Amino acid sequence: MSFKCVNQRVIRKDIVAKVTGRARYTADRTEREMLYGALVRSKVAHGYVKSIDTSKAEQLPGVIKVVTYDDLKAIKFPTCGHPHSVIVEKRDIADKTVFTNHVRHFGDEIAGVVAVDSYTARKAAELVEVEYEKLPVYLESEEALQEGAKEIHDGSKNIVKEDEYELGSDVEPIFESADYVLEEDYDISPVKHCHLENQIAYAYQDAEQRIVVVSATQIPHIVRRILSQAFELPYSKFRIIKPYVGGGFGNKQDVVVEPQVVALSLAVGGKPVLIEYSREEQMVATRTRHAVKISLKSGFNKDGEILAQKAVIVSNGGGYAAHGHAITETMAGNFMQTYMSIKNFKSEQITTYTNLPVAGAMRAYGVPQISFAVESHLDSIAGMLQLDPAALRDINMTEDDLNNEFTGVDYSIKGLKEAIERGKERISWNEKQKAYQGQIGEKRKGVGMACFTFDSGTWPYYPELAGANITMNQDGHLYMHLGAVEIGQGSDTVFCQMAAETTGVSYDNVHINSLTDTDYSPFDTGAYGTRQTYITGQAVVKAAEIIYGKILEKAANLLDVGSEKLDVADDYVIDKASKRQLMSLADLALNTYYNEESGEVITCSVSNQVKSNSINTGVCFTEVEVDITTGKVDILDIFNIHDCGTVINPDTAEGQVHGGISMGIGYALMETMLFNKDGLPLNDNLLDYKLPTTLDHPDLGADFVETYSETGPFGAKGLSEPTTVPTAPAIRNAILNATGVKVNSLPMNPQCLFENFKDAGLI
Amino acid sequence: MFDISNYREALSVKDAMTYLKEDPSSMVIAGGTDVLIKVREGKLAGSSLVGIHKIDDLKGICKDANGDIHIGSLVCFTQLEEDEIIKENVDYLGKAGGTMGGPQLRNIATIGGNVCNGVTSADSGSMLVCLNANLKLSSIDGERIMPISDFYMGPGKVDLRAGELLTDIIIMKEDYEGFTGKYIKFSQRRAMDIATIGCSVMLKQKGGVITDFRLGYGVAAPTPVRCPVAEAFAVGKKATEENAKAIGEKALEDVMPRDSWRGSKAFRQQLIKELARKAIEELAGLRGGQDA
Ligand SMILES: Cc1cc2nc3c(=O)[nH]c(=O)nc-3n(C[C@H](O)[C@H](O)[C@H](O)COP(=O)(O)OP(=O)(O)OC[C@H]3O[C@@H](n4cnc5c(N)ncnc54)[C@H](O)[C@@H]3O)c2cc1C
Repeated sequence: MSFKCVNQRVIRKDIVAKVTGRARYTADRTEREMLYGALVRSKVAHGYVKSIDTSKAEQLPGVIKVVTYDDLKAIKFPTCGHPHSVIVEKRDIADKTVFTNHVRHFGDEIAGVVAVDSYTARKAAELVEVEYEKLPVYLESEEALQEGAKEIHDGSKNIVKEDEYELGSDVEPIFESADYVLEEDYDISPVKHCHLENQIAYAYQDAEQRIVVVSATQIPHIVRRILSQAFELPYSKFRIIKPYVGGGFGNKQDVVVEPQVVALSLAVGGKPVLIEYSREEQMVATRTRHAVKISLKSGFNKDGEILAQKAVIVSNGGGYAAHGHAITETMAGNFMQTYMSIKNFKSEQITTYTNLPVAGAMRAYGVPQISFAVESHLDSIAGMLQLDPAALRDINMTEDDLNNEFTGVDYSIKGLKEAIERGKERISWNEKQKAYQGQIGEKRKGVGMACFTFDSGTWPYYPELAGANITMNQDGHLYMHLGAVEIGQGSDTVFCQMAAETTGVSYDNVHINSLTDTDYSPFDTGAYGTRQTYITGQAVVKAAEIIYGKILEKAANLLDVGSEKLDVADDYVIDKASKRQLMSLADLALNTYYNEESGEVITCSVSNQVKSNSINTGVCFTEVEVDITTGKVDILDIFNIHDCGTVINPDTAEGQVHGGISMGIGYALMETMLFNKDGLPLNDNLLDYKLPTTLDHPDLGADFVETYSETGPFGAKGLSEPTTVPTAPAIRNAILNATGVKVNSLPMNPQCLFENFKDAGLI
Repeated sequence: MFDISNYREALSVKDAMTYLKEDPSSMVIAGGTDVLIKVREGKLAGSSLVGIHKIDDLKGICKDANGDIHIGSLVCFTQLEEDEIIKENVDYLGKAGGTMGGPQLRNIATIGGNVCNGVTSADSGSMLVCLNANLKLSSIDGERIMPISDFYMGPGKVDLRAGELLTDIIIMKEDYEGFTGKYIKFSQRRAMDIATIGCSVMLKQKGGVITDFRLGYGVAAPTPVRCPVAEAFAVGKKATEENAKAIGEKALEDVMPRDSWRGSKAFRQQLIKELARKAIEELAGLRGGQDA
């Protein structure tokens, strides 16, 4: 395939705005008479509010209003940014109210304050006196599931949902007859997204009494639906505006701050009220990546053929359901996907309520956890059999063309196999993997790898719908309105590339506004699930094809030739055969607008449902050096090789990979949310929560194997989330290669490695 | 916005001393990298501050006629690391400061603030203790000089009296001359982190034998501490890998690390042993270029 604009390193559409600091984020916008809100948050992890005294807060000069759970109708709503489902059973659990007197985790919202400035609002929130009746606090799923445990949500038994599946034959008899069986337990800590821009939004009533919400969200259209549920008002009463967003990573795929600003604004007569979370609030009162315990069991032959696998997955969901069981279900659906050739699987999975902060979507939606278990487990098996871990994987990837029997999706792992071969060569796998076994001394080197397969979009879990409106301006440029959401990942740029490629309009002449506005932007569920390039891209191509057709039709009329003889290139209508330029698009557009007989704007609006998925795959390789005496791991080399289909923009794709690896390094070696036994946070700030710094990164490598997707736009599949999936298990496996020690928990920080090395007798 | 009840800016040491005397509830703010954090957290909310960061007299580093080195309390860590006198005579102190935070922080955080803040994790603390640094404290009522180890009284507690200002940190010639030194900060991250353990070693050797030895730690006790037992044990020993290991183990008799969620006692003890060993090996030229 040869492309003109797609597959090229074009400059991001938002780069000038961002580099010059002129991009206006939510905090940069303002309204006349803006007021500021602050929240009264629970200081216990589980309890009832016995009494609340707002008088001191109300007396503080500058305070306008204090609103508590008592002042609001207790309407329950879901917070998760899934599309609405017409099937009632598939809908998200509605268990949240704006404010509550039954607090389920530290930081749960009890009341809100509106004041003339944020400083006064925060001070007043501190002055609200709350007395609690404390309830038992459960931080681990096992505790919450104990007989007689207090229900965090009435009638739930502290279970969000549990289910199981079996594929192929019954695994138990296979385990019995296998040469070997290995069972391992993995314990994975909760972590945070740590996007730069904390949750922020403001709301006001406009002149028509509609409620306008400006929010740093990944899902403006879904925010509108959830607000309609939370306030029992029609969708159309709300208008959601999404300006530039400073990162989300899934944390802004939940509706968190928006109902709070709406409630506070309505309490002060519709005046604009802004709430900006502090980092500390962001750490405890938004979403986390689930803490998960996974037990994996495999039966295998002495030559490395794995015969059956069983997973038991226990996901700690925290105080509210948010994404419910969906993330755990995704773990289960991904568990066997890469090694489907094994054929016999069983998975049992449960999501629990506990008194941790609420878990939700975070880059790769459960797959980092299950992949850590699956890919680590493979290296443990390889170690038992004294096999090269790459060879073990190869043995268990007998077929290229596979079907995920859990989701029903067909896919191929051919690109993955090529990626593995390329990666082995790049890191000199065959030499190093052997040479690094059985080292002694203070510092030891190791190489490790881990694979993944990942969905592009959420079909068949959720219906996939995207919209694209394209209009040709008077000068022959295109203007695109999308409901897809640019949050820094670069989606606007790749959509403009696609439109340019399809229509022949140059990339510079395709315009897009980073702002999403539910009043103007077509319906699209938003930025999540590695869906936009693949799903919205298809809508963009469809719309662009219509525009292209209309250009040819108009040009054919004006030039009086058959449209089949024409094409568009570099902003000109050309003769297809000779490539001669016949008419500029600028001239054509002007004519279509102002033609006295047949004036008509070239425009189209597409709403496109997608019922396919295009599984993307990849592998991470890394080389580390471990200091046995201190438990410190230095990453010497790390790179991912992805098959994401056609790479629409190599620059933004590499950016995704670098970011994903970076997040994976933190997940592997440093990051964890810590709580004391009462459920109060210990490290709710970026000093004590260890996000890796620039100096903690080696050069990050990105490479691509481009197999063509039959369904994706220009052969593209998704890329964004999975970039972070294989990092942690690759590092874990490299540590195993270096030291012979199997570390089965995250993060593998120095304290953890010290304990593991001690247990293994290394120190 | 910060919750500060009053702010006065001193342009001279005398101003500062006067302002501190006039308002006994006030406290000094130098670089503010500890003070403002505490104001935001609420620990120092509503405080009255005397700003000293414009007092040029406190920003110098010099060597006097005796060869003693004077470091002004407002010297920031970038300046400390780049200063010629420091580089020539106690480069390991400059490098210890170079492990702090990140470049932005080191441009504003002062050595005086690091000492007066009084925490055991202060990255200049254990090295200054090894250097037997003396502190010059001035107030309207007079001036006193005291050894830094006496100044540290407990976690976050220093012997700074009302109205007093730290003006100089003095390192005597006999405390640095002929020594080599090494600070190893062990932290989870390579920047923007506090030490799990900080280890300072100063050493003189002759003919492969350790003739003088100083060992200090941060986060191994409530304040930065020296290790008299390990120091006495080390002097006269050959500079070998076995002895480096033995000295590190001996240090455990001098310290009392704590269990906390930031690191277990057992892990800190491991670091206390190993960091001393690594630092000694490096100073004795036993590591063959391998990073400590
Ligand atoms: C992002 C960040 C990273 C950090 N990283 C590190 C690190 O890696 N290692 C480390 O050790 N510290 C670190 N710190 C803590 C802090 O930067 C240091 O302790 C710094 O040296 C304090 O200096 P300052 O001038 O900012 O002190 P200030 O905050 O101005 O003052 C600190 C204390 O000392 C008192 N004080 C200051 N100067 C005088 C004086 N001349 N006389 C009397 N009292 C005085 C003040 O009243 C206050 O009690 C970090 C802080 C931040 C914000």
